[in-house]
Amino acid sequence: MTRIMLHCGACGLLWALCATIGSGQDVASLLIRIKAVGKEGVGNVEASKAWKELVAKGPGVMPDVLAGMDDANPVAVNWLRAAVEAIQDKAAQTGQKIPAEKIDAFLKDTRHNGRARRLAYECLVRLDPKTPDRLLPKMLDDPSSEIRRDAVAVKLKDGKDSKFDSTDTQKKYFHDLLNHARDRDQVNAISAELKKLKVEIDLTTHFGFVTRWLLIGPFDNVKGVGFHNAYPPEKGFDLKSEFLGKADAQVRWKEHATEKPLGMIDLNEAVGKLKGAVVYAYAAVASESERAVELRAGSNNAVRMWLNGKEVYFREEYHHGMEMDQHVGKGVLKKGRNEILIKVCQNEQTDSWAQLWSFQLRVCDALGAATPVTNMTEKVK
Amino acid sequence: MKPLLSFMILLLLVTSARAEDADQFRGAGGLGVSKETNLPTKWSATENLRWKAALPGKGLSNPVIAGGRVYVTATGAYQQNRQVVLCFDVTTGKKLWERQVWATGTTQCHPKTNMAAPTPVTDGERVYALFATGDLVCYDRDGDLVWYRSLVGDYPTVGNNVGMATSPTIWNENLLICMENAGESFAAGIDKRTGENRWRIERPRGINWVSPIVIQNQGQAEVLFQGPAGIEAHDPNTGKKKWTAPKLRHTAYATFTFGDGVVFSPSEKFTAFRPGKGAAEPEVLWQSIKLRPGYCSPVAHQGLVYVVNGGGVVNCADAKTGEIVWTHRLDGTFTASPMLADGKLFVLNEAGTTTILQASKELKVLAANSIKDTFLATPVASDGAIFLRSDEALYCIGAKK
Repeated sequence: MTRIMLHCGACGLLWALCATIGSGQDVASLLIRIKAVGKEGVGNVEASKAWKELVAKGPGVMPDVLAGMDDANPVAVNWLRAAVEAIQDKAAQTGQKIPAEKIDAFLKDTRHNGRARRLAYECLVRLDPKTPDRLLPKMLDDPSSEIRRDAVAVKLKDGKDSKFDSTDTQKKYFHDLLNHARDRDQVNAISAELKKLKVEIDLTTHFGFVTRWLLIGPFDNVKGVGFHNAYPPEKGFDLKSEFLGKADAQVRWKEHATEKPLGMIDLNEAVGKLKGAVVYAYAAVASESERAVELRAGSNNAVRMWLNGKEVYFREEYHHGMEMDQHVGKGVLKKGRNEILIKVCQNEQTDSWAQLWSFQLRVCDALGAATPVTNMTEKVK
Repeated sequence: MKPLLSFMILLLLVTSARAEDADQFRGAGGLGVSKETNLPTKWSATENLRWKAALPGKGLSNPVIAGGRVYVTATGAYQQNRQVVLCFDVTTGKKLWERQVWATGTTQCHPKTNMAAPTPVTDGERVYALFATGDLVCYDRDGDLVWYRSLVGDYPTVGNNVGMATSPTIWNENLLICMENAGESFAAGIDKRTGENRWRIERPRGINWVSPIVIQNQGQAEVLFQGPAGIEAHDPNTGKKKWTAPKLRHTAYATFTFGDGVVFSPSEKFTAFRPGKGAAEPEVLWQSIKLRPGYCSPVAHQGLVYVVNGGGVVNCADAKTGEIVWTHRLDGTFTASPMLADGKLFVLNEAGTTTILQASKELKVLAANSIKDTFLATPVASDGAIFLRSDEALYCIGAKK
């Protein structure tokens, strides 16, 4: 037993020594080797060696590893996450000091990668369980969705537990909180609190759903061919165009506006209950500035999405469940007019659970806040 | 003589330790049969509980156990965006380490399942965890990262909005995975030391949760995959196809079992077949429409096959003929596969009641033990204990050490 303890102690001392004096390559070159991981495991062997060297350097490198996530791809981010976790574990076992002040400064610099900052936050929480009380109240607008979520959760709980001076104060509290919330469950929970105060929130508008569209179709999707066929609407928008659609029927653009919750468009209602069919939906939106956006759609059907003629997303999957925001395409809105096109494909399944043909689409930022745009979709005369 | 004796004792210790491992989905060998003996038959949330450990999130994966360590996966955070691997000491339940990866694939799924549906696999030195997000990670026994891959990063259309649940297995240096989904579908042998592809074959697109198993046929190892185009056997070292049984299409949920040279497959009809020589189609021995298992994979042992369906009907059939020997109805809903150990069949319902039946031609209910919690993961046995994984905790059922 004594020998084992001596052995463990020696290992710990050796690790601590390596951590103190550093060894081998410098941190920057180790990070480069880890971040070079490629597809299908290419680069794993080199990355694995570098990972071990990096971890052996000890807690002093934690801020550098966190910063290394800034320009890392999602795969490398997870490699680096494991390094931070392992370093902190080993430091806890050997009594090595974690550079908490530097990690705190890293967390507070919102220019860093959101996930890296979240990991920094978790490191601090592990060191001091009171960290959330110290930091979260000031993080309601944090660009890290996970940090913001925790901040909103605390404020929501406080709001539910509090006694307010007046109903107006209570309304203002939850209204303000609604503007900070981004995740759907929290938005719903805050809306429910406001509803108790007789305040109805228009969630369709809050989330930024597009409710006025032009539709054209049906085009053929028998045996799934339509998902891959580029029908004329994909080649440019002209309101006056007419095309031959499914079964050689003449099709033209027609207006469709929805008042269904969360901007849902039921194509079985709008176009007819069809199988093996494709419909395109078009909307024009105006933006006051150029900005990065996400087109987020929900649909039980196979979909493709374009922004200003550039395809930003495709997914060929039918009737496996619909969720808000399940399909995400990333692009850039121009200042002025922008064109959104979504292709919604229905297959030929006859099962009762495979009849939905619908979609919803919203324009938002990377955290999910509605992007301020004006719907300027043309009217059919 | 003395060094030789020491070596023999060490070998005996290693061998016996190996026999008790529960290294993958459904325990050692992946067949739902454990060599563990003297397992407890009576327990509750307090009685015969060796230890209980809280888990940070749900999982349908069963714990895997080797080298004195218990590894379990979980999914956590908003929209299941974190995939977690935890390691516990098998004797004390002390958490030794916890690691997380951020999901790189879709986390959408049917409410019944979650991203920690596939069970990890361990070779004792390392643990290999695959998540329904396509995140595939290997840690050593101390929690140090050996390698990590995003299969969605590699093959961007991989994903299934219902969720994926196929568990990996190991053969020699190959980590064998099957990723049948709504996008790019494939099976692969991945170098377990480096995470690089050793071989990769196309598989049909669609929903499939049937985990591959490795069997011995004519002295050769074969990995079996089952899907909408039937069963295929491949060389686990090269991926080369060996034989196909196109009529034995899958039911999407439960996986095969294997015993005495016979494969028992929950196909459209429950089928017992003997794999043929070379490329020959297997010889179908019998088929039964009475033995539909739902989510629960069957168990074969000593000439009998045990099949549990989602509604709690337990059927024991003659492995040679498929004739029903006995039928017993249990209360509750069943997702976990049954486990056979110590001459007993352990059948766990979602509400936490484990009914213990005698594994024999004679129907005999030996005990029923309840822990109020939600259980969808398959029980496994190791170290003289039964390990039950609920939505919230890991229970080690056994006498305290």
